[in-house]
Amino acid sequence: MTLDRRSFLKLVGAGAGAAGLPMIGRAAELMPKGAKRVVVVGGGYGGTIAAKYIRMMDKSIEVVMIERNDHFISCPFSNLYIGGILKDLSPLTIKYDKLAANHGIKVVQAEVTAIDPAAKVVTTSKGTVSYDRLVLSPGIDFRLEDMKGYDAAAMEIMPHAWKAGPQTVLLRKQLEAMKDGGTVVLSVPLSPFRCPPGPYERTSMIAHYLKAHKPKSKIVVLDANPAIASKGPLFTKGWKDNYAGIIDYRPAKKVTEVDAGKMTVLIEGLEDVKGDVVNVIPPQRAGQIAVAAGLVGDDKNWCPVNPNTFESTKQAGIHVIGDASNAGAMPKSGYSANSEAKICATNIVALMNGKELTDMSGINTCYSYITDKEAVSVAAVYAAKDGKIVAVPNSGGVSPADFSAAKMEAIFAESWLKNILTEMST
Amino acid sequence: MMMKWKGWALATGVLAISALAQAAPPSAAMLSNACAGCHGTNGGSAGPTMPSLASQSKEAIEVAMKKFKSGERASTVMGRLAKGYSDGEIKAIAEFFSKQKLHVTAQAVDAGKVKKGASLQESNCGRCHIEDGKEGKDDTPVMASQWLPYMQMQMADYLSGKRKMPEKMKEKVDPMSKEDLEALLHFYASVK
Ligand SMILES: Cc1cc2nc3c(=O)[nH]c(=O)nc-3n(C[C@H](O)[C@H](O)[C@H](O)COP(=O)(O)OP(=O)(O)OC[C@H]3O[C@@H](n4cnc5c(N)ncnc54)[C@H](O)[C@@H]3O)c2cc1C
Ligand code: HEC
Ligand code: HEC
Repeated sequence: MTLDRRSFLKLVGAGAGAAGLPMIGRAAELMPKGAKRVVVVGGGYGGTIAAKYIRMMDKSIEVVMIERNDHFISCPFSNLYIGGILKDLSPLTIKYDKLAANHGIKVVQAEVTAIDPAAKVVTTSKGTVSYDRLVLSPGIDFRLEDMKGYDAAAMEIMPHAWKAGPQTVLLRKQLEAMKDGGTVVLSVPLSPFRCPPGPYERTSMIAHYLKAHKPKSKIVVLDANPAIASKGPLFTKGWKDNYAGIIDYRPAKKVTEVDAGKMTVLIEGLEDVKGDVVNVIPPQRAGQIAVAAGLVGDDKNWCPVNPNTFESTKQAGIHVIGDASNAGAMPKSGYSANSEAKICATNIVALMNGKELTDMSGINTCYSYITDKEAVSVAAVYAAKDGKIVAVPNSGGVSPADFSAAKMEAIFAESWLKNILTEMST
Repeated sequence: MMMKWKGWALATGVLAISALAQAAPPSAAMLSNACAGCHGTNGGSAGPTMPSLASQSKEAIEVAMKKFKSGERASTVMGRLAKGYSDGEIKAIAEFFSKQKLHVTAQAVDAGKVKKGASLQESNCGRCHIEDGKEGKDDTPVMASQWLPYMQMQMADYLSGKRKMPEKMKEKVDPMSKEDLEALLHFYASVK
């Protein structure tokens, strides 16, 4: 049987055909593209929302969301699981079936391995997918070259638990297996990293667990930063009031190397610290796929973007949201990723319909638990000014210093999680 | 003419975005979508202590935001956020949420309390919380289908004085028993 031209093009990839460069050998186009298509890479805090809001705003745009897993586990609240407050990770786990059905999003479970910005095609483990615009929300990957000895095998001994899933479970199991009187070591990288208050919430939750179950134990926090990177006075007070003698916080201690065999971390070649459980939070950068596509900026770590469209300033037609982007004043949080996704979606729909752009308006709020019943928050509103994302002056801030709202905020935080995960999954 | 060319250029990618200095100020949807991470998509909340804003009265949202902003109404987080918006932006947001479909929650209510509340509501609250709480007179909030735990928290704040009750509402609420108030909230939560 001979192939006609159309099936031939389908076989070699419609995108390649459209660019006038038939590339024999490229994997087959998974799904032939119609008039307007956006491909979203990543089904986490940013990707799900970008996919959903584009479809909510314009049903004529086909949206394909490509995610390597068939489910997503939330980092927010995973510290409560580590602290023994949540029984399992099921309240933090979402599936994509309702999201796909409700909004007509085509969800593809595959690994994206390459991006061809000129041909506007992504290569996945299942075939190629062409796009008119591409949204990347791949989250973070680790700068392992800046943490000597921290390879895949070491991660199974000294978990990072900075991507929720098996690593989170491993860290909790290690805490449960540790003898009373043991030492937990937690290392914090230099800012910026995913979730600025995250390491300190983690510290609080581990201390909460130790206080309840292993009261003779302690946690040593080795922070590369000169001081607590977010909500400092609140964490300091929370630790003093609840965990005196349990938390040993050491600022300006940058861990640069680990020895998984000896269970030690090395601080700039000077000082060894040994733990019975070692939680290494390595330095981070944009998810590997964004790095491979040449989207990171001069810092080689994060992707510079236009503040209103989140379009990469390095590659036209590719938008980067969430942790991977450099979103000016907006921190790397789940709430930011959610907000950025909506800003990006709004302006992608405008661009694809030849309409005028709209200035961004965004929000971030991060709740952090100090104990099982008390949480503190940081909140801000963001706007575009002179081509940059800035916090709106005289707004935002942190919870009251006297913890007068902490019990209420612990209750509101649960509803926040419920709402944001429902946004992502329905 | 200019717009048309710009539209074409944008759609085809001939015009780089950075060349476009001008963008319209944030639309009502742009402003309001940012709230949905806590209040749910289009203001339909899935979290029992976070209020739904969908179908809430325009005036009620506007007044609430302005009171949060000035500090007149105590809050955990809304005060910090409301300060980030101009009065014009607040108006646009209020209008956006007021136009969304009522978010009907599948929450557990006590049938006995609902019945009792139904018999009490018209004469005690109905002057302002009109149409079984589906509408509100002036800046009175809509309470139909609102989350029960949220309303219970608000009632507790009113009774403790943390949130200030309107005088005329206070006249009605003060003489009522805790049980009757609780029944009323069950009733409003049940209205679809
Ligand atoms: C312990 C901890 C606590 C936190 N707590 C909070 C909190 O309380 N509040 C808050 O707002 N934020 C919190 N965060 C931060 C939050 O988790 C991140 O900011 C958020 O997940 C960023 O969203 P994202 O879309 O950029 O990445 P993610 O949510 O990580 O999503 C990325 C997705 O892309 C997929 N992916 C990546 N590369 C590929 C590829 N090549 N092919 C296919 N799929 C791919 C991944 O599998 C993943 O599902 C916390 C983080 C941690 C670690
Ligand atoms: C971080 C979560 C969060 C975000 C983001 C948020 N809210 Fe709220 N909202 C709350 C909480 C919690 C309350 C209860 C008051 C309090 O404690 O702050 C509330 C209460 C309200 C109320 C009062 C409703 C009633 O009937 O009493 C309104 C109106 C409101 N929010 C509007 C908004 C708007 C508009 C935005 C976006 C500009 C927004 N909220 C963003 C958490 C949030
Ligand atoms: C005179 C008019 C009036 C009457 C009568 C009245 N209310 Fe209200 N109610 C209001 C107004 C106005 C507000 C918003 C006030 C504010 O800013 O706090 C309100 C707010 C509330 C709220 C908070 C809702 C929210 O979304 O934040 C509850 C609960 C409530 N009323 C219950 C009742 C009950 C129960 C009764 C009857 C016993 C009642 N009210 C009678 C005017 C009234």
